[in-house]
Amino acid sequence: MERDDLIVNDSYPLNAHHSEEEGVKIRKNILFVTVLLTVITAVEVAMGVIFKRAETFSWEMIKWSFVTLTLVKAGYIVMSFMHLGEERSVMKKTILIPYLIFIVYLVFIALTEGFGHLYNLTNFH
Amino acid sequence: MSGHSNDNVSSEELWGGGRSPYGISYGKMYMWFFLVSDALTFSGLLTAYGFSRAASEDPWPIGEQVFRALPGLEGQYPLVYVALMTFILIVSSVTMVLAVEAGHRNDKRGVVRWMLATIIGGVFFLGSQAWEWSHFIHGGGGSFLLATEVTITADNGDEYVLPVGEPIFMDHHFGEIAEAYSNGDASVNLHEHHGHVTLTQFGEHTHEVELHQLTIHKYIEDEQVITGDDIYTLWEARSESFTFGANMHENEYATQQSYANFFFFITGFHGFHVFSGVVINFIIFIMAYRGVFERRKHYEMVEKVGLYWHFIDLVWVFVFTFYYLI
Repeated sequence: MERDDLIVNDSYPLNAHHSEEEGVKIRKNILFVTVLLTVITAVEVAMGVIFKRAETFSWEMIKWSFVTLTLVKAGYIVMSFMHLGEERSVMKKTILIPYLIFIVYLVFIALTEGFGHLYNLTNFH
Repeated sequence: MSGHSNDNVSSEELWGGGRSPYGISYGKMYMWFFLVSDALTFSGLLTAYGFSRAASEDPWPIGEQVFRALPGLEGQYPLVYVALMTFILIVSSVTMVLAVEAGHRNDKRGVVRWMLATIIGGVFFLGSQAWEWSHFIHGGGGSFLLATEVTITADNGDEYVLPVGEPIFMDHHFGEIAEAYSNGDASVNLHEHHGHVTLTQFGEHTHEVELHQLTIHKYIEDEQVITGDDIYTLWEARSESFTFGANMHENEYATQQSYANFFFFITGFHGFHVFSGVVINFIIFIMAYRGVFERRKHYEMVEKVGLYWHFIDLVWVFVFTFYYLI
């Protein structure tokens, strides 16, 4: 039986070889992403420590910047480390679109119901 | 057949297989599909956390107050340990991607070396998580709940009216013996005189600790330290209800139990992923070392386990934000 994990042709990137020079470029990019992820994490912790939620009028804004920074980090991990950015566009869409539809719906419904539940508890009890 | 444009395309070419619309092998594709479903599981957990928190009437503890200890050091370092864990996981993700890159150059030595570094990073992360769990379970000095309403003045001069059921936190020197005392340990004696509270543990080494500091709102926004006569007022107003550390039924961090249970469930489920990731990485490391992939002439297996390993890092990024930071 022919094993298809041994296929060597152009339609599969199984043996996506690259040269030594390309490797240098790729490693440079990896280093850039590493530094970026580390710096973002450090900034997040610093923000969490510096801004006190009780005193800061804009805690809501800080919270959203945490979410934004996290999405930036996630984007770099998925697109660069997991190489999804290099896959065909149909593959990217197959992975991302169903997930995003579900998760946006889930977050929306949970938070709406959560705050609604609290509202009922505090107003009708 | 209608149309002329496909006249030249034989049906065998269209339907006979051998073409890969996604340009990706089945193994990698199914790893991606698995990761999407796994991502939905973690999203469900974090969303459930958000729901409970949004719906909670009781104050919700904040990460900077709960996680601020470092192993072997006194003092407070809010979130530093968790940030360190995050950094360890990011670095091990980087060594993984370097292993994949070495695989693309058919560089066996590189793959073996970077896989080993990835495994070491994973083991370090697991060890850190074990410490974190142990610290969370043991807690600080524990707390007791008030049985009557009490009005006190904190060290910053502000007056606080504390309702029935308000948790009051002891320091860990006193809490250690108080735990034995509340468990009914006969070797511990309680002395109360002239407004001083002393616990004495008799034994091979007799140990005496005086209550000299209490804390209110310890794990929420407005932490306040109380010393002086007010300590005795609070001690007098205590109920029978003492809590030390955290387990699945009670915890000292919050009056509600969800916070502790989500900690155990979310970080536990993630930790289990890390553990299985380390095991899988180890298998691939051995295979690479023995030259299996060299004979196969490609290192795609390294890419597949790499996807799983990066996913673990990805999940942790979200856990870090939604459980610890916000």
